[in-house]
Amino acid sequence: MNAREHFHDLLDSLRPLLRGDEGFTLDYRAEDSEFVRFNRARVRQAGQVRQIHATLALYLGERHARFELSLSGTIEEDRPRLRHALERLRALVPALAPDPYLRLEREPWRSESSEAGAPPEVATAVGQILDAAAGLDLVGIHAAGPQYQGFASSWGAFGWHAASSFNFDWSLFHANGQAVKSAYAGQRWDAGTFARRMASARERLEYLGRPALTLAPGDYRAYLAPAALDEILDMLGGGFSAQALASGASPLQRLFAGSARLSPLVTLDERVAGGLAPAFTGEGPRRDLRLLAAGLPGERLIGSRSAAEYGLTANGAGDHEHPLSLAMAGGELDERDILARLDTGLYIGNLWYLNFSDRPAGRLTGMTRFATFWVENGRIQAPVGTMRFDDSVFDFLGPHLEALTREPETILPAGTYGARQSGSRTLPGALLGRFTLTL
Amino acid sequence: MFESASELSRRFAALRSGADFWSLRHVRETGEHYRVRRDVALPPAFGEDCGAMLTARVAGVEAYAATSDLSQAGLQAALERAERMARALAGHALLETRDLPLPGGVEDDVAPGYERPLAGPAHWFEVLGAESARVPRDARLVDWSVGLAVTCVEQIQLDSAGACLRRAQRFVYPSLSVTASDGHDSQTRSLGGFNFGQQGGAEVIERLGLIGAAPRIADEALQLLLAPNTPGGPRDLLLMPDQMMLQIHESIGHPLELDRILGDERNYAGTSFVRLEDFGHYRYGSPLLDVTFDPGRAGELASYRHDDDGTPARREYLIRGGILQRPLGGALSQSRSGLPGVACSRACSWNRAPIDRMANLNVEPGERSLAQLIGGIERGILMSTNRSWSIDDARNKFQFGCEWGRLIENGELRGVVKNPNYRGISAHFWRNLAAVGDASTVEVLGTPCCGKGEPNQAVRVGHASPACVFRNIDVFGGAAR
Repeated sequence: MNAREHFHDLLDSLRPLLRGDEGFTLDYRAEDSEFVRFNRARVRQAGQVRQIHATLALYLGERHARFELSLSGTIEEDRPRLRHALERLRALVPALAPDPYLRLEREPWRSESSEAGAPPEVATAVGQILDAAAGLDLVGIHAAGPQYQGFASSWGAFGWHAASSFNFDWSLFHANGQAVKSAYAGQRWDAGTFARRMASARERLEYLGRPALTLAPGDYRAYLAPAALDEILDMLGGGFSAQALASGASPLQRLFAGSARLSPLVTLDERVAGGLAPAFTGEGPRRDLRLLAAGLPGERLIGSRSAAEYGLTANGAGDHEHPLSLAMAGGELDERDILARLDTGLYIGNLWYLNFSDRPAGRLTGMTRFATFWVENGRIQAPVGTMRFDDSVFDFLGPHLEALTREPETILPAGTYGARQSGSRTLPGALLGRFTLTL
Repeated sequence: MFESASELSRRFAALRSGADFWSLRHVRETGEHYRVRRDVALPPAFGEDCGAMLTARVAGVEAYAATSDLSQAGLQAALERAERMARALAGHALLETRDLPLPGGVEDDVAPGYERPLAGPAHWFEVLGAESARVPRDARLVDWSVGLAVTCVEQIQLDSAGACLRRAQRFVYPSLSVTASDGHDSQTRSLGGFNFGQQGGAEVIERLGLIGAAPRIADEALQLLLAPNTPGGPRDLLLMPDQMMLQIHESIGHPLELDRILGDERNYAGTSFVRLEDFGHYRYGSPLLDVTFDPGRAGELASYRHDDDGTPARREYLIRGGILQRPLGGALSQSRSGLPGVACSRACSWNRAPIDRMANLNVEPGERSLAQLIGGIERGILMSTNRSWSIDDARNKFQFGCEWGRLIENGELRGVVKNPNYRGISAHFWRNLAAVGDASTVEVLGTPCCGKGEPNQAVRVGHASPACVFRNIDVFGGAAR
């Protein structure tokens, strides 16, 4: 199936069906993915998923509703499905109450990107992975294939994004139950790069053979690797939403109200270029936004609905008001000096299962997971058993943030709920003077 | 109902394959979502998602291909992709599926009342709008929302050994939440939090108490805004069913999943502090703890007659008298481990393959009324409605938070406290179970989005539980650590 052609065919079949003052938007998402799960360096489960979903929204003045439907990819089959969805909407939209916060973008716009990646054939990837994992206890998932996103409206909006990529997300387990987590993701599989990543994971695995240390709850110096900081940003990202800030649902409400501060080392952008998400949302082209400037609040993510409700100006954030490609500025900490600057404390490779202990106070809890080490005098001493942290972002990314690493790392999401996630975050590592462990 | 069944059967019969065994699982899910936020009706959303997963077994290796193309050619192409992948993986597979039992069977499993039609959008907007209007006007009430989601799922399983299993279910999720804020702090009170739904029809909305609840929920949000923080330190903890369900889910359900214990989930959802050798004798909780896998409880979110591998489902004790009996493992995991299990191999939809999941996982009621539970506590706290959850990858060290807390002193309920949190370790926590509420305290709840698996899946899980008391638990509030 040619996805772009299919999307165009859907649009061509939809336009003549509109009547009078009706308008529409059509959101299109498709993927052709291969998934291979591994356990104990063997294939646990493998398969393919070809799926296409479209969301048709019908507008009549200030009244509107939407219908999401799965499609086959064959226009002869899909035309009647789309017409059926339109008729369902047409039957109910006139009876709906007017939406006082509807602010449709009626200016035409166009955004198109197509990145022809070359993910490996599944047999090639499986072969290389299993060869490299010989003698190891490897568990994880390889996901690969093309993904497509489209958006168009009857007012002349047109966005198209196609990308083909792979994401191998895996762990190596030591016989003592400790593990190292790794990822190799991108658009072109390179056997040499993969081999180097696997070699690096093997090397870290050796440290895990030492007896694990059990720490008492308390305050510790800590280094959060970029993958660990990624989990923190995952919790904070929605906090920039204009609606969340206006309705008491944001963990950053005290920052934006001026009663809490972050370290001046923290500068955070929603950066369109270089990210892997489409350059558009259903509300038009996305924009670069400075969300935090030297620890101070910057722009909010404002969709047209929030703009209408709270008297703001929309900035292309889309109705979810969620960042798609956050980029945090790096600092002065040379990666080679991390252990020396940490001196004595925790090197935390990954955090996991975060949630809020007190959302308005920016207080988070979560677990260390995978490679977390105790460091003394700048040298790794031993792996550390799983520990819980509970701390406020206004403390550990506030006065207790000592440094950020120089070269931010781009992290691609391995999430596959419903469909493979797109988007990315580019983050440095963070050296903390105090990080509180509670259990 | 099952509109496409005869056409699908015809197309399945016409499929050609060189595989030893092949199957098809077709899912059609329709949904409608209504919401009124701050007295404004949001645009409604509808959906219809249809697709099929074809599975092929070749020389003991199984692979799948899922497709939203349900034409004869689309299904045939998917089956061929599955077969090709199974052949390509020969020699690399972890599991040998040759000796797995073939499900077989012909059965229709239609939830009671499934065919009874529900009202249309105009009615629901009227109901939700009226409830929204019951929220009092108070500048501190900065946000509120009343919603209803209805999902219908029809599944048809066919295989080359002649099975034809059909299931039809309707899920109803009412929701109501109110947020109070003074510009510095904000507190949200809701009806059931994220975990509020049952199978059925319009009666679910009444049974779960949506209508008329808004003034109480709004009042409680305002009370929380003015309340002191939960004091820190050890206390007896009375958990109401809308927090018990989360406690059961995270610290009994997930640790007992057999595929976790077998290592499949170590890269994502995690492992378990429970070992294969623990079943049959490990003391999981106090003698008051009885936990069942109960797929037959009417209205609960994961009631069904057979799982997605086609295994017939029946009620089993997972924990009895506090002793661990059997894991949550479907036919494949049972075969891998040699342990007995339950019919819990489940997929979230047509585009994901079945794995071991919770279904209805319930704590059985005891003999104490709510008044007796409270009366038996000298220094404690009542917590209600989950709002935060976090647990380690072995499902042992946890920290959970609730919306609503009330102190208990000398057997009586006292003042409201905000940000009630508690933490503990699963392996010890259930041994502190000191009292179990009777049937009058039981609520049937569940979550529509339990996450697990690679690729990721979110499934519906039911939890029915009485209120329960735990001795000497570490509780704490917000802000200062």
